[in-house]
Amino acid sequence: MIGRVMPIDPVLAVIGERATQAQYDETFRELGLDRPLIVQFGIYVGNVLQGDFGTSIRTGQQVADDIKRVFPATLELATLGTLIGVFLGVPLGVVAAVRRGSWIDQVSRFVGLIGYSMPIFWLGLVGLLLFYGILAWVAGPGRVGIFYQGIVEPITGMLLVDSLLRGEWAVFKDAFSHIILPASLLGYYSLAYISRMTRSFMLEQLNSEYVTTARVKGLSESTVIWKHAFRNIRIQLITVIALAYANLLEGSVLTEIIFAWPGIGQYITTSLLANDMNSVLGGTIVIGTIFVCLNIFSDLLYRFFDPRSK
Amino acid sequence: MTATADKQSMREWLLAEEPTSRRQARAAAWYQGWLSFRSNTLAMVGLIILVFLILCAIFAPLLATNDPFAQDLAARLKPPGWEGHFFGTDSLGRDIYSRLLYGARISIYIVLLVAMVAPLLGLVIGTISGYMGGWVDVLLMRFTDIFLAFPRLILALAFVAALGAGIENAVLAISLTAWPPYARIARAETLTIRNSDYIHAIKLQGAGTARIITRHIWPLCISSLVIRVTLDMAGIILTAAGLGFLGLGAQPPSPEWGAMISEGRKYILDYWWVATIPGLAIFAISLAFNLLGDGLRDVLDPKEGGQ
Repeated sequence: MIGRVMPIDPVLAVIGERATQAQYDETFRELGLDRPLIVQFGIYVGNVLQGDFGTSIRTGQQVADDIKRVFPATLELATLGTLIGVFLGVPLGVVAAVRRGSWIDQVSRFVGLIGYSMPIFWLGLVGLLLFYGILAWVAGPGRVGIFYQGIVEPITGMLLVDSLLRGEWAVFKDAFSHIILPASLLGYYSLAYISRMTRSFMLEQLNSEYVTTARVKGLSESTVIWKHAFRNIRIQLITVIALAYANLLEGSVLTEIIFAWPGIGQYITTSLLANDMNSVLGGTIVIGTIFVCLNIFSDLLYRFFDPRSK
Repeated sequence: MTATADKQSMREWLLAEEPTSRRQARAAAWYQGWLSFRSNTLAMVGLIILVFLILCAIFAPLLATNDPFAQDLAARLKPPGWEGHFFGTDSLGRDIYSRLLYGARISIYIVLLVAMVAPLLGLVIGTISGYMGGWVDVLLMRFTDIFLAFPRLILALAFVAALGAGIENAVLAISLTAWPPYARIARAETLTIRNSDYIHAIKLQGAGTARIITRHIWPLCISSLVIRVTLDMAGIILTAAGLGFLGLGAQPPSPEWGAMISEGRKYILDYWWVATIPGLAIFAISLAFNLLGDGLRDVLDPKEGGQ
């Protein structure tokens, strides 16, 4: 619907400003703009349900094909980011809860506070300046160096996985060097969230009576923490991680732009600036659907694993 | 001498065990809140940073050393400290320090506007939904869910694209994406208030739906909304800066901080200060709001805080 109230004429975006009136009318009809709004909307919804998002005005291709091309890049980035966030964030949260008030708890609080206050695009720029510009530890923006482009035949579309499957080590190394900085950046933001949540879940468990019982029984501290308390927060953690993952899929818009990462966030933004509404709507619907699916998925897991919720 | 005595008696009046008037009781509640807020060091740090930034914004014309829009191509991209430019100059030779001061006005303007529009929208929708119940409730809540299902930044992008770039439209777009959580909160509060005796009493006195909602339900929803707003302000700042960075918020030559970072992005590897310094400003203001929000939540809502 938004696409239909745009102040810019979509017909002119296709044929340019110098077209004749006849060409204009023809394209106008081709795009279906002569029909009532509600009919246009109905047709659009019908097409979307059949997996047809229309044609992109900017790239001239099917939006569905475009999304298939760009989405694996985002998926790769967000997955690596979430992995970093989970493997650092969960232990940090657990330790912060166990040693409440210690320096490590302060560190986790500090990490969270900075994560909530720092503009992600700025941190990305500073990261580029530091690790690429000054220290030269990692490769710059983009997904893979120009020498390695197009070598690997796509299987999943995720370059890291593909180059491993094909045994192209040089490509893998180069791609890894490109992805590590943006992935760490996204990982930091999910770390901030995951560690805070882990800490508060853990605190709740550690204050409950069964933990005291376990301690009085003489169980070792690590058994109490990992076998008793941690087991009980696993389900809540899955929900949090699913949410963090969904947030990274959408939150990667700014990161993708900073790092010239050819993913769905960048696709939506460039399409938006080019007034290519089919692509924007298609991309937004795909991300929105994934968001909803992840939420449903974590709800189902919750029901499945937690007998209390039945 | 009399001043200290006055202060002493003022304090006693505020901390009296048995307040003699409604005004005194209310003032005492505020004062005790302030006392517990003051003992929270981090929250005070946040408040101080914020007051400092607001003063900077108010007195920008007095504090600025240069015109924020004046270009001087001979002095472009000069490092911090160069000939009286505290933070250096940008790619058009404009003084970054002066631009930062004027940029504070824009950020505070955006936050205040969004903080007024979004909760109001949420309050109206949430209370109507909660009070009316039935199909109105179902309809409004599904509508809210649709907004919640979409990623906020992308939704804001789409709104700005439809409305056209600019500060006011950015405010509108952020508000349109920010209201659903407020609607949820307001609805939850309304559901607990709706069946209380005093509402039944007013109904028996003949009050209409509109009067009940606006005069008797809204006032009780406000405190939980205020807490949520202060916690959200950092997010609003960051979204606004993100829109500015993408070129969809404030338009050049406006000294909006996100747009300044976007301008400096091209020069990041050689002239780091152009993009880095506005980023520090954004960080400072959203950090201040986060610290303040946490502190306020502890004061106003004891059941949530305390950890």
